[in-house]
Amino acid sequence: MFDLKKHVKARSIDEAIALLIENPGARLIAGGTDILIKLRHGKQGFSELVDIHDLPQLRFIKLDENNDILIGSGAVFNDIIESGIIQTHIPMLKDAAQSVGGPQIRNVATIGGNICNGVTSADSASSLFALDAVLEIRGRKTKRNIPVSDFYFGPGRVDLKKGEILTNIRISQKNYKGSSGFYYKYAMRNAMDIATIGCAVSLKTKNHVLEDYRIAFGVAGPVPMRCKITEETMRNKKVSRKLLQDISQAVEKDVNPRTSWRATKEFRMNIIKELCVRATKEALKRAGEEI
Amino acid sequence: MAVGKPVKRIDAIAKVTGRAEYTQDLLKPGTLVARYYRSTIAHGRVKTIDVKKALNLKGVEAIFTFDDVPENKFATAGHPFSVDPEHKDVEDRLLLTRDIRFMGDEIAIVVAKDNIIADQALKMIKVSYQEYEPLISPLKILDKKARQIHEGSSNIVGEHEFAFGKNVDEEFKKADHVIKGKFETAMVQHCHIENHISYAYMDDIDRIIIVSSTQIPHIVRRIVGQALSIQLSRVRVIKPFIGGGFGNKQDVILEPMVAFLTLKLDGKPVQINLSREECMLGTRNRHPFFVKVKTGVMNDGTMTAREMDVISITGAYASHGHAIASAGGSKQSSLYPRMATRFHARTLYANIPVAGAMRAYGSPQIIYALECATEDAARKIGIDSVEFRLKNIARQGDMNLLSGKEILSCGMAECLIKGKEFMDWDNKKKEYEKYKKGPVRRGLGVACLSYASGTYPVCVEIAGTRIALNQDGTVHVQVGATEIGQGSDTIVAQMVAETLSLPYEDVRVVQAQDTDVSPFDTGAYASRQAYVVSNAVLRAANELKTKILNHACLMTGKGKKALDIKKGNIIDVNTDNVVMDMKTLSMDSFYHKERGCQLTAEVSFKTTANAPVFGCTFVDITVDIPLFKIKINEIINVHDAGVIINPVQAGGQVHGGVFMGIGAALSEEVLIDPDSGYVYNNNLLDYKFPTFMDIPQIHHDFVETFEPTSGYGNKSLGEPPVITPPPAIRNAVLDATGVCINSLPMSPRNLFVLFQKNGLIGSIRS
Ligand SMILES: Cc1cc2nc3c(=O)[nH]c(=O)nc-3n(C[C@H](O)[C@H](O)[C@H](O)COP(=O)(O)OP(=O)(O)OC[C@H]3O[C@@H](n4cnc5c(N)ncnc54)[C@H](O)[C@@H]3O)c2cc1C
Repeated sequence: MFDLKKHVKARSIDEAIALLIENPGARLIAGGTDILIKLRHGKQGFSELVDIHDLPQLRFIKLDENNDILIGSGAVFNDIIESGIIQTHIPMLKDAAQSVGGPQIRNVATIGGNICNGVTSADSASSLFALDAVLEIRGRKTKRNIPVSDFYFGPGRVDLKKGEILTNIRISQKNYKGSSGFYYKYAMRNAMDIATIGCAVSLKTKNHVLEDYRIAFGVAGPVPMRCKITEETMRNKKVSRKLLQDISQAVEKDVNPRTSWRATKEFRMNIIKELCVRATKEALKRAGEEI
Repeated sequence: MAVGKPVKRIDAIAKVTGRAEYTQDLLKPGTLVARYYRSTIAHGRVKTIDVKKALNLKGVEAIFTFDDVPENKFATAGHPFSVDPEHKDVEDRLLLTRDIRFMGDEIAIVVAKDNIIADQALKMIKVSYQEYEPLISPLKILDKKARQIHEGSSNIVGEHEFAFGKNVDEEFKKADHVIKGKFETAMVQHCHIENHISYAYMDDIDRIIIVSSTQIPHIVRRIVGQALSIQLSRVRVIKPFIGGGFGNKQDVILEPMVAFLTLKLDGKPVQINLSREECMLGTRNRHPFFVKVKTGVMNDGTMTAREMDVISITGAYASHGHAIASAGGSKQSSLYPRMATRFHARTLYANIPVAGAMRAYGSPQIIYALECATEDAARKIGIDSVEFRLKNIARQGDMNLLSGKEILSCGMAECLIKGKEFMDWDNKKKEYEKYKKGPVRRGLGVACLSYASGTYPVCVEIAGTRIALNQDGTVHVQVGATEIGQGSDTIVAQMVAETLSLPYEDVRVVQAQDTDVSPFDTGAYASRQAYVVSNAVLRAANELKTKILNHACLMTGKGKKALDIKKGNIIDVNTDNVVMDMKTLSMDSFYHKERGCQLTAEVSFKTTANAPVFGCTFVDITVDIPLFKIKINEIINVHDAGVIINPVQAGGQVHGGVFMGIGAALSEEVLIDPDSGYVYNNNLLDYKFPTFMDIPQIHHDFVETFEPTSGYGNKSLGEPPVITPPPAIRNAVLDATGVCINSLPMSPRNLFVLFQKNGLIGSIRS
């Protein structure tokens, strides 16, 4: 039995926004897989809910006229796994979706909830960071687009104002076309676990040279992050074993893992230095490179 | 013939259709909810408690604190009563306590209309504490100046020592090598699917009915009587379907409290339904052990001497206490019976959650240390791990020097040989020589076990069976043996069908148990049930068979020797012709006006033997050094459990056991802050119980022996499969990396520390 005070179902995006404004204490619930845990734990501020679960306006994955990929915030992880668009253009996001929870979770948990929940371990976040995804956020009479990398203020805190809702995530063509990527999740279990470290690599090669290199981590800091110094240093470098070693050396300066009772900083750092190598190797493999 | 057949579980359909009724399905309308107020410190005493505000909350029925409960201390362990006062369980528990012994100790209890109100009321209770330093490490607990967690205990719950065989010291002197090792096992949790739940109400002025998810209904009845100082016969315990227990429900945890509450509240129904978090904190877990082992070995590979010193941590209350270390230690004499052996163990109190019975009762800890030490000895001599064990293990006809009994059935060697063949051991050993360098390595491991089939002669082994012939020619069976998901009702039905020559479908076992009507049996634990109940079932079924045939003689006028039962019919033994079917006979026995009567048989029987069982695990692993991960490529358990009554169910027990064993080996550990006693991970996200994605395909095989002390030649199987995966995996890690991982679990966080210590980190990267 949950201490649920109010639960209203929205039939459209506009109605959801109106309901949020009408009920200042209320929160959105999409799949509920983060919200209901908090409600069960008796946390304050989760007992009034505006329900956007399964809203058709939010549940889609499509290419627009510019060949940008648009993912509705209400797309569940299984939608992402099964989407031909994702499989063809950004298999890395499929890796990430597939690593979430278990089958039941992937059937209800949404990518929007994953991002808006604001935690550093969110499995879809590192890939979206690596892809320079842009979030479309709507308010009562407003609509704004912000890069995912600007969305996070701190653990559990994101750039959403009262009455605002994340409607979709845009991955523009220039960020995925010709790129190969891989998401490597390191956790204590192969399912039903949060990432100890998550690592997403997206790259382009030409004549065995890294034309573009992007690497993002989850749990390497208080929010998901890109490793900008590493990325710049590696651009235009030749694909080789040495390159992998250099990446492993370089990321150390970019990341900022913490000691918690779950894992020490040293432990996480060791994993980070290994995952970047393995994720890069796999991404290179997808790009047809051999090392 | 039903024994040995893979018949469908008797309750399979009821369970998969959701019709099987568990405790929660049976709650009476309006059942009140009780929730504990638990301490937020690990060691101390309540100075003040204020419940006034909480009591005034609408919907709160009552609040009781340590001031309101009976003062008589009771023991909670689900053991049979011991007529020998020396052997009594430690009585150290009150229903609620003012003295705080672990973080989560039960100080007060709120009874309310629902759990939301109860939780709100809990938040309004104000408690102030006198705090003491938490005693968590053995060093601190045993310090002469340490506070006594239980007054007068010196923080030691029990201690014992034994030796068997030749003089141990002499044998160590004569040994070519003496190898020493120190081993540690972690606190782990049962993680049964159904959390602890009980409710109680009164249906008369002085009778308490308790419905509970328990492995031991008859013991619950006795202990509730003791805890509340009321006559045992005033308590009636009903056990519906159970969603697993693994030993955690071989303890009397919630029942005395719900009985107390209904007594206080005019017989109103009151339930306690623990959340997962509470269940993992406030029930029982597996005792962490610290074990020192010394092994004497000759150059030819004969182990000649062994010494073991054990510290077992029982936590805040004794529960099963020292019985765990004692039972664990006793299995050595049936595994390696020809070594001179000395064993010493102490069980300590500590300011951490309470340990109790858990699948295999001390053996996962002792056999882990024993089989790691045995591996180290084999490697010291340079003999193949399997060959080395074959030289030293028990053989049929060996004397178990601790029990003084001959080992009558023993398939240990055959188990090792089967496992070795399955694994293609010799070839793989050679092949894996290539994988001993670099970041990713491979290795093979093996470990053996011996276990018992019950608790005799430490405890009584009593089982009861009642069989009644129905009017339609089928039979109903009642047993005291407790079905908790392990499948015991099914094999009871198979045994009855076998002896009565009835079709399996014609045997119905009454599932729910009710101490008012069920025959007496002490319950589901010690892997005892199939073994102990078999002796009662065989006798009862034989008795009923005689009665049926006697009635057939009355009806037909034929002599006793002329008739028999076959496939549910009375047949003429000379011609094999059907004389009549069972329904005809039964209707006559019930309704003929002069002859016959209701045909029933009831037997209560004490088994006074305890057959040892044997088994082993073989495992093939890959160690990913830079990621601190162990991957199991192949694993097999081979068991000698006597005659296998139902191969599918037996396989299920092995798979479940291996699954749990892998969890204990690789990931499971209750993490406790060493300074404050705070438990970090009493939930299934942070307690790394494996998922199906973490477990490889499990293989199993059996070596069928015939055990003469059992009704159908069967021995125990419920617990043994859990024992050997951890040492086998540890031995495989040693094979792969050359590093001895002598503490469990071999989780990434622990491997990180140990690989670092052994210089495997940094230099090796892929
Ligand atoms: C058993 C289990 C396993 C899990 N495993 C993983 C895992 O492996 N990896 C992982 O990353 N996560 C995991 N999670 C966490 C969770 O499933 C994910 O974060 C999921 O994506 C959340 O989505 P949801 O739709 O369920 O969010 P909800 O719980 O409905 O919402 C989460 C938060 O986002 C807000 N929100 C939701 N949608 C919107 C929107 N459109 N606009 C604005 N705000 C919004 C809500 O108000 C809330 O604050 C697990 C959870 C469980 C229970």
